[in-house]
Amino acid sequence: MPSKYAIHTLAVPHRFKSVSRSGIIAWEEGCLKCAVCVKKRCVYGVYDNRDLDPMQMIDSIDNQCMNCLRCIQGCPKELIHKSLNPEYKALGDSYWAPDIIAKLWYQAETGKIPVSGAGYPGPFSGPGFDSMWTDMSEIVRPTRDGIHGREYISTAIDLGRTTRHISFDEEKGLESGSARILDIPLPIILRTPTFGAISKDTINGWTRAAKGLGTLMALPQKMISSTPEGSAPWVIPMISPEESGAPAITEETRVAEVPWNEEVSGLVGEMEDRYPSLLMSVRLPMDHRAEERALVLAEDGVSIIHMEAAWNGVSMGGDGGFLKDGIRSVHLRLVEAGIRDEITLLSSGGIAMAEHVPKAIICGADGVFVDFPILIALECRMCRRCTKGLSCPVEIQGASPSWVASRVRNLVGAWHNQLLEVMGAMGIRDARRLRGEVGRAIFFEELDRATFGSMGQVEEGCELE
Amino acid sequence: MNSPDTYRLPEARRTPSRFRNAIGKYRLSRTDDCIACGKCVEICPQGVHVIRRGKVFVENHHLCLGVECPEPCHAACPVQALSLRRNPNFDAMGDFRWTPDLLVSTWHMAEFSNMPPAHLEYKIGGSAGGFDKLRIKFPPVEKVDQALLESDDDLDVGVELNRRGDNAHRVRIEVPFYGGGMSYGSVSITTMLSRIKAAAALGTFCCTGEGGYPDELKPYDDHVITQVATGLFGVREETIQRVKIVEFKYAQGAKPGLGGHLLGDKVTPGVARMREAVVGYPLFSPFPFHSVYSVEDHKKHVDWIKAMNPKALVSVKVSTPTDVDMVAVGSYYAGAHIIHLDGSYGGTGAAPDIAKKNIAMPIEYALPKVHRFLEEEGVRDKITVIASGGVRSPHDLAKIIALGADGVCTGTADLVALECIRCHNCESGRGCARGIATTDEELVQLMDLKWGTQRIINLFLAWRKELIRILKRLGMKSLRELVGRTDCLVHLDYMEEERERSV
Repeated sequence: MPSKYAIHTLAVPHRFKSVSRSGIIAWEEGCLKCAVCVKKRCVYGVYDNRDLDPMQMIDSIDNQCMNCLRCIQGCPKELIHKSLNPEYKALGDSYWAPDIIAKLWYQAETGKIPVSGAGYPGPFSGPGFDSMWTDMSEIVRPTRDGIHGREYISTAIDLGRTTRHISFDEEKGLESGSARILDIPLPIILRTPTFGAISKDTINGWTRAAKGLGTLMALPQKMISSTPEGSAPWVIPMISPEESGAPAITEETRVAEVPWNEEVSGLVGEMEDRYPSLLMSVRLPMDHRAEERALVLAEDGVSIIHMEAAWNGVSMGGDGGFLKDGIRSVHLRLVEAGIRDEITLLSSGGIAMAEHVPKAIICGADGVFVDFPILIALECRMCRRCTKGLSCPVEIQGASPSWVASRVRNLVGAWHNQLLEVMGAMGIRDARRLRGEVGRAIFFEELDRATFGSMGQVEEGCELE
Repeated sequence: MNSPDTYRLPEARRTPSRFRNAIGKYRLSRTDDCIACGKCVEICPQGVHVIRRGKVFVENHHLCLGVECPEPCHAACPVQALSLRRNPNFDAMGDFRWTPDLLVSTWHMAEFSNMPPAHLEYKIGGSAGGFDKLRIKFPPVEKVDQALLESDDDLDVGVELNRRGDNAHRVRIEVPFYGGGMSYGSVSITTMLSRIKAAAALGTFCCTGEGGYPDELKPYDDHVITQVATGLFGVREETIQRVKIVEFKYAQGAKPGLGGHLLGDKVTPGVARMREAVVGYPLFSPFPFHSVYSVEDHKKHVDWIKAMNPKALVSVKVSTPTDVDMVAVGSYYAGAHIIHLDGSYGGTGAAPDIAKKNIAMPIEYALPKVHRFLEEEGVRDKITVIASGGVRSPHDLAKIIALGADGVCTGTADLVALECIRCHNCESGRGCARGIATTDEELVQLMDLKWGTQRIINLFLAWRKELIRILKRLGMKSLRELVGRTDCLVHLDYMEEERERSV
């Protein structure tokens, strides 16, 4: 058994005060100056530790307050109040919601799994990945993979191409060629987001994080000059469509990516011939033609297909489909064609929370690319000022490479641990076995209809309550 | 043991908030222009204003009906000294499942033992699915037996727990719910005793959770369910023999497939003694029971309890994977009296957020599935089905019974009655800052046992009353009639679909 893969995390403080969900409003007018003021009795000592950040004009009590409301309920003149912070509500957008951003900040800072008391506080279900649940194992089948399932769980996946069977030529040499496989210890590959106030230092930090985690970092070719020396094996150059012919890459490159076009298979073959250990990935936009195109690519012998959805996980074709359904349809098509096991299917777009990793894998991907979370790990507020040429409120471009690398390491470490939790509950001890295991998932649309579909009748005169 | 003939309901008694300023939906402010004419005191139907020594005060903000008040004081004030606005604190608490409305409604029930006024949405939460999309469908009033509708008679809402008809105790609960497991350690001894004393008064039970059986509970042995969970904390032969119901916890809805975890900070000397562990060290309950890998193993477990306490009822608490129906039927054949399904949106003292949100099914799906499966197997009337995991109100209770449950377990609702505000920090530092889910010596003092007991009694008497109103409105004479009556429910999404189809 190989040694256990572990990500060692260490708390890395934020550089700016983060935006908190609610704030305390305390009026001084009418204060009775009680000898034992409720502020002095705060369980969390929030008022004792308060300090005003003159740069940002933010009072630290809003960050430290744990919302027990005791000061609010205890002040004899009712001078203290709590209200929702409009700045928090304005964070991000409908997909990159404030709660998602705040949780990502927490994980990047602490490296810990978000744990809380009391039951689930959120909506019953939602669009996209929120319309599926993962299953668990109980009494009748405590684990799928035998009783040792909880003790050792592997999150490693293989990238590359395997042959269906091996064949030999007359000299007993291998005719089918050897499999080109690269295994990475977790089903997560980093990738530059499409916007962000990033600098050379940011790229340097991200690449260092990828190397430290043993995974890869996908970068547009023009950014590769910013990566530290010796990091080529951990970088996936994203070759831009303008270049014609087979572009030059370093010998150490293990995976490179090209965008899809009608003739891409030829280019892929040429590159793989030139670099004997190189794996080529084709970035295929997720839309209604993706199934057909993926099948052609697989039949042409492409090693990796990367299904790319938009930043919010929706189809590139504007038909409103979501990544989860896109992956399922391509995966099933390849299964039906009997070719699924020969290639690697990766996906990207809208992977925003740890749970999206196992969910994307259950839908049929081998692994995922993570883009915006590695930017949010650096305190990004998804305000998009940078896209308008305005300054970044958290000065991401000024962050040091080592800070960047540690924050991303923490985030991925927390996600890895959450992946282990979910897989442990399912009784599955190998991430490769999770792929396409829809039997270990519960889909809202199907289950809701099966349970409540017959409860739509209202006879005349009935009252609903 | 209760006998229906001798059982008497406890009394409801007004029990206001233990904090100085109770939180309501609205706030009234009074300026110095007030001439203390007393007009507001006179017209307010809720007793919000109080006059003392020639001065008028707003003393009960939380009772103000706000924009729905039929005679608003701020309009009647001759000098316009009063102004009304929405309380910002109200919106800063709660979440989608427990909306601020639902929290304040529960506090109202715990204070007055009555249903809250109409300006609070107490029937549903804001999760936009499951219970919150289901509605109870009442037949036209004229079709309901008028005598039943107008009578003040009590209805039978009790549940017989032993339906196997075997050698074990005949146990009946007078209300269709009992207290779900919360361990000593995760909650304070005051919270634990409040729940158990209230359960005893209401003629029902309360579960110890996995954390031992404190001596303080001994007087209520007949109303205690002791839990055997994977860590076996505090499980002794003597505690098994002391009770009438023993509960096996295979998994918990909020963290299915994961073990339990009590953080080191919460392992105080008292907790450590009870659990036979070391002070300050975190305690893990593993997953699963390492002695149970099949239904046959599970039967061994049940037999083990029966050997120690032959008359005990055995309850099996499981969470809700897709094959929960198999688990339920397997439990029946292994000899269980009660199958307790804990849905994925249920409570916990601490769990990873990823587990609470994503793993296993909400109870609204699992329960009908199990009910149908047991019916098809022909054993539904031989086992009691208890549901939990997100039952927040009497309406949720009626809905889940109509989906096929015999009764429910409550947990979070009890804590909300004790003025939990769902801040989700039960697990951090010294524990609950409001003195409910903590063992910190100072914080525990925030709550008084008598107060806690009465708040929970009040809440559940209100639930009971509301449930009886619902049953009568449905034209039913006992709770048993409602079990599995999905035709009494409507799901708004499919109602919409049905309407579109007919247009």
